[in-house]
Amino acid sequence: MSAPDSVHGGVAGGVDVDLRGVRKAFQSLTVIEHLDLSIASGEFLAILGPSGCGKSTLLRMIARLLEPDAGSVTISPDDRFQTAYVFQDAHLLPWRNVLDNAALPLELMGVARDERHARARAALRETELTEAENRYPAELSGGMRMRVSLARALVTSPRLLLLDEPFAALDEMTRFRLDLRLRQLWASRGMTVIFVTHSISEAVFLANRAVVLARRLGRIKLDRPLNLPERNEDLRLDPRYGREVKTLFSAMEEE
Amino acid sequence: MLSRLKSIIPALIPFVVLTASVELAVRQGWVHSYLVPAPSQVLRAMIDSRDELFTAVASTSASALLGFALSTIGGIAVAVFLSSSRPIQRAFYPYAVFFQTVPIIAIAPLLVIWFGYGMRTVVASAFVVSIFPVIANTLTGILSTEPPLRDLFRLYGASTWTTLVKLRFPSALPQILTGLRVAAGLAVIGAIVGEFIGGQGLGSVVDVARTQQRVDKVFAAVLLASVLGLALFGLINLVSYFTLRRWHASEQ
Repeated sequence: MSAPDSVHGGVAGGVDVDLRGVRKAFQSLTVIEHLDLSIASGEFLAILGPSGCGKSTLLRMIARLLEPDAGSVTISPDDRFQTAYVFQDAHLLPWRNVLDNAALPLELMGVARDERHARARAALRETELTEAENRYPAELSGGMRMRVSLARALVTSPRLLLLDEPFAALDEMTRFRLDLRLRQLWASRGMTVIFVTHSISEAVFLANRAVVLARRLGRIKLDRPLNLPERNEDLRLDPRYGREVKTLFSAMEEE
Repeated sequence: MLSRLKSIIPALIPFVVLTASVELAVRQGWVHSYLVPAPSQVLRAMIDSRDELFTAVASTSASALLGFALSTIGGIAVAVFLSSSRPIQRAFYPYAVFFQTVPIIAIAPLLVIWFGYGMRTVVASAFVVSIFPVIANTLTGILSTEPPLRDLFRLYGASTWTTLVKLRFPSALPQILTGLRVAAGLAVIGAIVGEFIGGQGLGSVVDVARTQQRVDKVFAAVLLASVLGLALFGLINLVSYFTLRRWHASEQ
């Protein structure tokens, strides 16, 4: 495996993701029946949908943690260790300090200690956590834990970043700050981001494209680009932002 | 330190009251001292037979600790084996449960037949009664690793062994320690049961004193056995405190 550029410096770029006729069932319960979805390299896609519509299943199939029953999931280029996954909760290892938590992916990939610590420090810098590297998860706030989780995902310089309702449990201000940070990280790295959420305003604020899934069988109800000006505090005052929120809201309401 | 002392006081009150009442009841002749000895008599017996009791405590401690150590190693190994696959678990776990339900007092004579009189029987007895909680707790701990973390390890290509060592085992540590706490107490009980039949230690002191109608000495030995159990329990708590204090809610 060629070592990715350091977290700090190089731009890793993104990947194309192509799902064709994907079907997934758990026992007799069909979660996704026939899904076609293409995501271009460098895209920031938000997937919206009610609970139980198969969002997480979809994400896990893209991460290759789950095999589809039928159809195909194609990722190109398809290298090892290019995908990172952020869960709904931080899910840190409580017996490891912040630095070793952030370095975990590299450790599992067999990267030497000095290098992985250097890269973990760089990732922690990007999520503004440098001062906390010796602390333990139990000593951190929910927002800080989530930032460690984000640093852990970024430490490998992923080309594909998957996030499964990552900031849902946080307070509004922390969530907003993390959204902003994520958006900056995406812009500077050019990676493909797929962000699952059930917050319409968060989706519109973050993404360049939104997909709304139907309650049943993972059908796509709406697939729409979000062409909005710069994402900052003022975006919410922009009428275009309001229109997009309303459009997505209507699509979800029809359920 | 002062607040720590203060927190102990409530627990001391019943002890003082009970001890004083028993002392009074025996001295007044309300209770015969050949049924229940006065606390002062127990203390006397402890001082008079201190050499014998010291040797007994040392012997029981050694056997209980050895049995406990074997349970810890064996129990964790068995749990890791059982956790390796569902079919293996289904095939063997019921026997582990069955093994636990066998009353130690009933199989102690068998242990004597297999291991002869002496320490080996006592250690075996301590081991047999204390292994199950280690197996059960370790297994539950290993199996209840958070699924997202398992996904994370898979995502970065971790092997089964790496996942066990770096994720499943440390995740299970709080539960393993709970198992060890239970096992420590049981190991002392197991050792004493073994000593009743296999000779040696506090169990043997109790047995001999009983035949001599020395209730004070029986009480002295029983008291020491309890203290031994408590000491082992405290030791595990100490280990638990130092390993988990930075990360587990139960130690904070």
